[in-house]
Amino acid sequence: MALIELRQLNKAYGDVSALAGLDLDVPEACFYGLLGPNGAGKTTALRILATLLAPDSGQVQIDGVDALKDPRSVRRRLGYVAQEVAIDKILTGRELLQLQGDLFHLPRRLRDEQIDDLIDRLAMNEWVDRRCGTYSGGMRRRLDLAAGLLHRPKLLVLDEPTVGLDIESRAAIWELLRELVRDGTGILLSSHYLEEVEALADRMAIIDAGRVIAEGTPEGLKQRLGGDRVTLRIREFSDAAEAERVSALLQPLEGVQQVVVNRAQGFSLNLVIDGDPVVETMRRCLDAEGLPVFALAQSRPSLDDVYLQATGRTLMDAELAVAGQRDVKQERRQSMR
Amino acid sequence: MTSSPLKAAPSLDTDRGALSELSQETFALTRRLFLQLARRPSTLVAGVLQPLIWLTLFGALFAKAPEGLLPGGISYGRFLGAGVIVFTAFSGALNAGLPVMFDREFGFLNRLLVAPLRSRSSIVLASVLYITVISLLQSLAIMATAAALGYGWPGGAGLLLVLVTLLLLVFAVTALSLGLAFALPGHIELIAVIFVANLPLLFASTALAPLAFMPNWMEWLASLNPLTFAIEPIRAAYRGPLDLSEVLLEAPYGDITGFGCLAVLVVLTAGLFLLIRPLLNRKLT
Repeated sequence: MALIELRQLNKAYGDVSALAGLDLDVPEACFYGLLGPNGAGKTTALRILATLLAPDSGQVQIDGVDALKDPRSVRRRLGYVAQEVAIDKILTGRELLQLQGDLFHLPRRLRDEQIDDLIDRLAMNEWVDRRCGTYSGGMRRRLDLAAGLLHRPKLLVLDEPTVGLDIESRAAIWELLRELVRDGTGILLSSHYLEEVEALADRMAIIDAGRVIAEGTPEGLKQRLGGDRVTLRIREFSDAAEAERVSALLQPLEGVQQVVVNRAQGFSLNLVIDGDPVVETMRRCLDAEGLPVFALAQSRPSLDDVYLQATGRTLMDAELAVAGQRDVKQERRQSMR
Repeated sequence: MTSSPLKAAPSLDTDRGALSELSQETFALTRRLFLQLARRPSTLVAGVLQPLIWLTLFGALFAKAPEGLLPGGISYGRFLGAGVIVFTAFSGALNAGLPVMFDREFGFLNRLLVAPLRSRSSIVLASVLYITVISLLQSLAIMATAAALGYGWPGGAGLLLVLVTLLLLVFAVTALSLGLAFALPGHIELIAVIFVANLPLLFASTALAPLAFMPNWMEWLASLNPLTFAIEPIRAAYRGPLDLSEVLLEAPYGDITGFGCLAVLVVLTAGLFLLIRPLLNRKLT
């Protein structure tokens, strides 16, 4: 049985669709990554999982429990670490954890043992008895993670957990997360950082415009694409005409699958090729035409290429496209009760 | 970092009975509000200071008013005491919605709502408990000062009547404020409503002057003002031997006894809680 089963989730805010038929299966004790640009619907999906938001239609099963019918049982099984950390500045970290433990009805002794244990694991000893208002972003995130883990949930849901974190906090969080999965906790983590998902997730889904567009293990997704990626620059700054000329020159070569002129990056060329020997063929061809090579970088396909293949744009372009459209005020209202 | 496995999920199957869970979550939420207060006591202090200034300055303003002007021939300070006590409890309770509003705005409420609360009424209940304690403390501070100024102290049954009356008023106003905290879009709007409601309700009551001093339209206003129904029983409790069947308010629409005043407060409180219930249910599920 899957730990999370989402079926045909739909959710719209006014006439803006956030989720458009989202399907997702997360197995037990799995580190699952949800990758997508800002505005793809990740946060909406996680808020529905956390029972903070009801979908317009669709089904949500968590650990065999229907989240729409029995949200309280789901809340007991689930730890949710939101993106925007809401803390009480006046309380100390320990007091906040005590409050959280009481809201989950932990018996007093167990509550305090769990708190001490998590303070140790997340290296919070030095500052946990200071007021939360004095914490840095990394401290807040660690405190929030501890709060989400107090009742030892079977499923931990993390919304962009390491955005803007210092290296020490990120390392502490990553290590604890890996340990949790080893001990049988399922983790669903959303991120728009490829590196984060790649480093942590056993399985992943790429989500775009409110639906899943690719699903599998990070390795599997990359291998399915096949070929090597090459970025080629003739000069530091080429012009359009020259880029097109080179593109036409390289396209017919054997082993070159695809050539795209990247306008956004000074008319460099992005190629997909069959393997190492093709690079030599390309160099000889350019040489024969008297063209220089300012830079040539070759790499295995990355998750960004998976995203590019599925959507026709890079993750970064997608981010930039939505950056201007986001209405932060509107989003805040949506999350306000 | 330790490498021992994290303990198995203890909370999955703990079901310790509704009452024990309810009291645990309500106590924890109330404790939070009191911790905040202990570390930021300025609202508590201001809530006592303001009515103290009223009592002293307003009392002094009319200190030389001709004797026998007020019903029962009491001094203005004595007359004013009941009004200021009620005003203290009223303005304290009017602020009940503010912490809830801030929790809504900053998203702390979401943290509470992802927890498997036995009943989300505990969020409301914690606010009611907190505000009740605060308002009563503030009122008692004013009563003590009034006594020190020589304005008297209600003995025995009188003190009980004062407390019951204040409790009823505090419940009603807390319900109103909590309702507003969920109905209004943000704390700016809530503070605006509190600001606008506060003083006019004081002036349009019998806190500062008896009905006999007012023009007819104002008499009507004051006789419909809930504050008046709290002020008159307390004034009676200060006056001496307690008789709740005595007429305390000669309103333009008829005479109201002490029991009548209390009944109005009970109905008002119950009505307001019934009124805000659907709103709270909608916002907290």
